[in-house]
Amino acid sequence: MELFRNPNIDFLGKKWFFLGLSLILSVGGLLSILFWHHIPLGVDFSGGTIVRVKFTTPPNADAIRADMDKAGLKNARIQPYGPAANNEVLVSLEQKETSEQALDEGKNTIIKALSGTAPEGKQDLNNVGYATLQQYLMSKDPLHAGTDAEQRYNTLARQIVDYRDKSKDGVLSSIADISPAAPPEVVKSFESDFYTSNFGIRNVDIIGPTVGKQLQKQAVLATLYSLLGMLVYLWFRFELIYGIAAVVAVFHDTLITVGMFSLLNVEISLTVIAAILTLVGYSMNDTIVVFDRIRENIKLLRRDSLTDIVNKSINQTLSRTVLTSGLTFLTVLSLYIFGGEVLHGFSLALVIGIIIGTYSSIFIAAPMLVAYQESRAKKGAGVAVLPADRSKDKVKVKA
Amino acid sequence: MKKNLTWKVALIAGTLLIFLWGIFLGTDPATSIQVMKQQGLMAGIQQNIRLGLDLKGGTHLILQVKVNDAVKADSQQVVERLKDYLRNANVNYNDITIEDVVNHPEVITIKGVAASSAGDLRNVVAERLPEYDGKSLPGDVWTVTMKPQALTAMKQNAVTQAIETIRNRIDQLGVSEPIIQEHGLGEYQILVQLPGVDDPARVKDIMQSTAMLEIRQAVDGGASYPTEQAALGAHNGVLPPDTEILKGTVARRSADTEGPNDAYYIVTKSSAVSGRDLRNAQPGQNQTGQPSVNFTLTRDGGNRFYAFTTAHVNDYLAVVLDGKVREVASIKEPIRDTGEISGGMNEQQSKDLSMILRSGALPAGIKYLQESTVGPSLGADSIRQGVRAAIYGMLAVMIFMFVYYRFAGINANLGLFLNLVILLGFLGFTGATLTLPGIAGLILTVGMGVDSNVLIFERIREELRNGKTPPSAVEQGFAHAWLTIIDTHVTTIVSAAILFLFGTGPVKGFAVTLTFGLLANLFTAVFVSRVIFDSILNRHQRGEALSI
Repeated sequence: MELFRNPNIDFLGKKWFFLGLSLILSVGGLLSILFWHHIPLGVDFSGGTIVRVKFTTPPNADAIRADMDKAGLKNARIQPYGPAANNEVLVSLEQKETSEQALDEGKNTIIKALSGTAPEGKQDLNNVGYATLQQYLMSKDPLHAGTDAEQRYNTLARQIVDYRDKSKDGVLSSIADISPAAPPEVVKSFESDFYTSNFGIRNVDIIGPTVGKQLQKQAVLATLYSLLGMLVYLWFRFELIYGIAAVVAVFHDTLITVGMFSLLNVEISLTVIAAILTLVGYSMNDTIVVFDRIRENIKLLRRDSLTDIVNKSINQTLSRTVLTSGLTFLTVLSLYIFGGEVLHGFSLALVIGIIIGTYSSIFIAAPMLVAYQESRAKKGAGVAVLPADRSKDKVKVKA
Repeated sequence: MKKNLTWKVALIAGTLLIFLWGIFLGTDPATSIQVMKQQGLMAGIQQNIRLGLDLKGGTHLILQVKVNDAVKADSQQVVERLKDYLRNANVNYNDITIEDVVNHPEVITIKGVAASSAGDLRNVVAERLPEYDGKSLPGDVWTVTMKPQALTAMKQNAVTQAIETIRNRIDQLGVSEPIIQEHGLGEYQILVQLPGVDDPARVKDIMQSTAMLEIRQAVDGGASYPTEQAALGAHNGVLPPDTEILKGTVARRSADTEGPNDAYYIVTKSSAVSGRDLRNAQPGQNQTGQPSVNFTLTRDGGNRFYAFTTAHVNDYLAVVLDGKVREVASIKEPIRDTGEISGGMNEQQSKDLSMILRSGALPAGIKYLQESTVGPSLGADSIRQGVRAAIYGMLAVMIFMFVYYRFAGINANLGLFLNLVILLGFLGFTGATLTLPGIAGLILTVGMGVDSNVLIFERIREELRNGKTPPSAVEQGFAHAWLTIIDTHVTTIVSAAILFLFGTGPVKGFAVTLTFGLLANLFTAVFVSRVIFDSILNRHQRGEALSI
């Protein structure tokens, strides 16, 4: 099976069309970054508090908001999370409500507000931690355990918490729900000292201002360093102008990806930055494949004009460019569809980035090379001859 | 011409076996087998491939050591020493202080130094305080500043010591496989990861307690005052020399006393013994049956305590913890090496406090900068979703490769499989953690790894179209694609390396799996795939077409 048999498309002839398209995408993203959604930063960068809560029944956002208002958290943001059937909600507080003096104060207030009117003197079995449960069992000793009490109750507490979190998804609807994991004496003891609230905390993220700022700085630095790394590597492998063309193309990919995040108002978290850095490296791949072929063809086809050579090279490599990107795209798409909410931003960045990256290798990087040589030719630098490869790069073919 | 592939095939089989060993048996086969027998195959694999906090649940904390606390404590001692030295050298001055305690505790300012004493002062600093620089400012003012290297060393030392202390405390809490290490670059931060801890409040309190224990003398017969003013008022507004007012946390002795608990005591500034002199601390009960902490002192500390109590029979001593008076007691007779803290504690708190005291004091206060808790239910969900995405992604790739390249597709798929085995086995051997982004890295390895095969196969097809024979086309295909594959791998690995340097926790896990996945890919996509091609070509009749 073959997708492309000897394609002969005049890519460079349409370069103005594609440059225009890139311009529209970049400017659209830039406008959104500047005037509309800005760069929506995830809590890792902006700082703040996020509590992810799972309810036993479909949550009522208005009721939660009212609870938060009552607790004095006027600016709490409440948003549904994941598929509606999961009954999950994110409650988040902004940076200014998260101080390093009392980092977890916001979290504690949120949990307290959600608990509402808890029965007097009872603990919430849905939000009790392993350690607290173990202590409770030790002091109550419902099984009248002998000398091995500590070990038995350790195991039992672990078993109960595991059952609640892994088999029941973190929330029990009644004390009796725990029966499969605990002996009847223990369930009985629970019934007098515990109750079950209608929610469980799935995860908590609290980022103080210091860490947020530090991560922002590091993310920007890391992106710049990897662009620089690419430039140096391509300079070493080809020539400076190849490196510049490739880095401009990759920068263009990064800009458009971030712009898309801004347009879609999806938060950029630390893992999204990881995805963008990966894209910086991966977008290079297709560009290198095309550049390698251009260099090879310059030696083979000395009579042809540079435009023809570049066109021919893109056509010759089109099949592998589309196949490699397409296969990676398949895996990334699988990640986007099946990978779950936590990786949503990460896989979205890869989905967007791989499409843009492939497009830019073909339509941006190679035409830039041609444009550079043509402008040199116009300035009277003579016939445009791209620097050919150096002897050390020669492919050794074994006899 | 047929090629002898024996040793190559043996090498591949050997690699497969070694890394399968890594996955299933890891570095500690006996334990792995035992776990597998008891809890099944998956548990055994998890024994070898360590899961990150985001997959197994737990708490991740970043905290900062307030290193200036440690510098301040040191500078305050130096001020006292300097007073002595200057008195001995007959240098007169009006005032000696640390002016900017918050930002520059390393700078000691001496005011009103006569010009005639300048030389003596300079000599004192040079001879007695080699780690300090003395500098003269206009207006008879001198500053004595800690040298930059000494300052850096002291701050770094505070961080190292804090890590030690925190590790001691966490070890005693029974958290399994905690990670406690320095974090970031020169920001005095510490990263603490506590797997399985879903309710970090207590652990955080225990880590944060500086646990600076001192025994000082309480003046005024150990009397307590309801307010600071009252304490001052008792001495007509002027405290006895070298004493200060400290707040007490001594709780109500009986439940019927209502009202605020605040109590203020006047105590000496210097302490008879401190936390460094502790040999042991154990939870216990005092005479009235209340939970208490009983401590014993080292021989040296005991001698000093004996001297102090001998000199102060019928006086009162104050047990000061973190700058707060916890206990005031009368000294009935000389005590050598035991003491007790009680009041205002329940049983758990007395256990925690003795544990904290045993683990030693923090050299400086700490504050929390970041706290994330992942519940185990979320971790389990993430594993499910990650594995599902990996399986579907891999299936999609494999089916495509088979449909598009036929036999050569199977070749690539075998390589992919081996690629994953090597990667997972590597994780098993090295104990590198697999995080949720790490699973994503695994999936990306599949997608990017198969790219190498595509580059090679497309080149072979091209050579075949140009009329080359299958053996020569394979030869040329691999040779031409090799450099390109190196290029593509280098660029991705450079990005991943930068990510590893800058990233934290889960993201680091991603960088690790992607990097090693791609390194393994060089072996599988180039070497293994070539061996498979060669073994097919060996059986080929001349002129038979290659299935690609």
